[in-house]
Amino acid sequence: MTREILFAGFGGQGILFCGKVMSYLGLVSGLEVSWLPSYGPEMRGGTANCHVIVSNDAVGSPIINNPTDLIVMNLPSFDKFENTVSPGGNIIIDSSLISKKTSRNDVNAHYIPATQMANEMGVPKLANMIMLGKLISVLAAVSLDQVKEALEKSVPPSKKELIEVNLKAIQAGYNFNSDI
Amino acid sequence: MDKVLMKGNEAIAEAAIRANCRHFFGYPITPQTEISAYMAKRMSKVGGTFLQAESEVAAINMVYGAAGAGVRVMTSSSSPGISLKMEGLSYIAGADLPCVIVNIVRAGPGLGGIQPAQSDYFQAVKGGGHGDYRMIVIAPSSIQETVDCTIDAFDLADKYRMPVMLMGDGMLGQMMEPVSFPEVKTDHLPKKDWATTGTKMKRKANIINSLYIHPEELEEVILKREEKYNTIYETEVKYHTEGLENADVVLVAYGTTARIAKAAIALAKQNGIKAGLIRPITLWPFPTDIIAKTAPNVKCMISVEMSTGQMVEDIRLAVNGVCPVHFYGRTGGAVPTPTAIFEQIRRYA
Repeated sequence: MTREILFAGFGGQGILFCGKVMSYLGLVSGLEVSWLPSYGPEMRGGTANCHVIVSNDAVGSPIINNPTDLIVMNLPSFDKFENTVSPGGNIIIDSSLISKKTSRNDVNAHYIPATQMANEMGVPKLANMIMLGKLISVLAAVSLDQVKEALEKSVPPSKKELIEVNLKAIQAGYNFNSDI
Repeated sequence: MDKVLMKGNEAIAEAAIRANCRHFFGYPITPQTEISAYMAKRMSKVGGTFLQAESEVAAINMVYGAAGAGVRVMTSSSSPGISLKMEGLSYIAGADLPCVIVNIVRAGPGLGGIQPAQSDYFQAVKGGGHGDYRMIVIAPSSIQETVDCTIDAFDLADKYRMPVMLMGDGMLGQMMEPVSFPEVKTDHLPKKDWATTGTKMKRKANIINSLYIHPEELEEVILKREEKYNTIYETEVKYHTEGLENADVVLVAYGTTARIAKAAIALAKQNGIKAGLIRPITLWPFPTDIIAKTAPNVKCMISVEMSTGQMVEDIRLAVNGVCPVHFYGRTGGAVPTPTAIFEQIRRYA
């Protein structure tokens, strides 16, 4: 099993953190992982993305050219990466920020209004965790205990109080039925 | 110990601290600034010294001073900054002082770009600074190996009293992988009785110097150093191989490129082509012997690099005409894809 997961969106949405939690999820599940950010003259509001590979085997190239899973939180990233997704892969789309539907019929598209949900929950900064929750439900690979452990490892000790609310956001995404 | 996810840059800094490095002098530059940032945060907590110098030139000369005092010391930079350090580096080599220099390579020449590259190979292994000197150059390929190599780098520097460079590319500096930190022992290393720590009127003064006015005297010093380099070439070569048995095509690649090469080798296998990999871990001393030994058994070798072809020259010297040596590379911050490397394998298989 190898999942090549591309997280993409605006700087400031917590794209890199989202990838980090996913990497720790792989780690606590006993898998090999790598996390590679786009780096460059990035800034808040610019595009940001990171490549996360989770595999039974040692990770070769850390760069993802054709993701098995694309988590996308803004239109420029959707336009840029939609066509790179492997056939049979997943695209998880924040439908509150991207009104377009995918034109691909060889991938599984999951539309979730993560940003709107986060606003309604009073945690506007945690749309990323809602997206992650959706990804976890799509991959159907881990338990809630493992998610909590991954969060505990990802969140610095000084921000420990944020673990519970992150977990709630992940759960909301996990429970959201995007097929309706 | 539990594994933690760390960026290559942070892992280098933490490994250095665990290897008892207590002095760091640096100057920020993408894509290695996290090393400085980590040191700034941690050094004061372990009783060490972190100093952001006014320039790279100043930083390397602070390293020169600290190394002369016999403490474990490190500096880090990326390509343009490493060029600035070259004068100091030559002085350090000429004064036989141990230190660790990290180069998280970005594209050049000039200011170049900030994306990953391997185009500082010549500078690292062929000199860079002036004079007859060598530097051990270690090129890890994963974050765990980066940790292990950082610790080795300090040991090798102390063992041979010389500068050691840890060379990664921007991607290795920026990416995260799980790491654990081994226990570090230093009691097997020679005492630094040459350090300029003050005589307390009890011994003759130690002098650290790289200036010898009389040619005969300087020649003797250089030739003695050359003997040390020969010993290193005989004993400290490190590399990793995969699938050399029955391989028709052997890729030679280091660092991040070696990981991508592995993915290309897997593609070749799916297509019924036998390809293998030689991955130099020490770029100097270069793994000449394994390359020479492999050459008669293969159709060809391909050097894969993020440059326009630098290591390929050392491979050709090692192969000495026994088999063709081809080159494939991307440069300027572009990174080869597994498919593109596979196409090269198919072309020459």
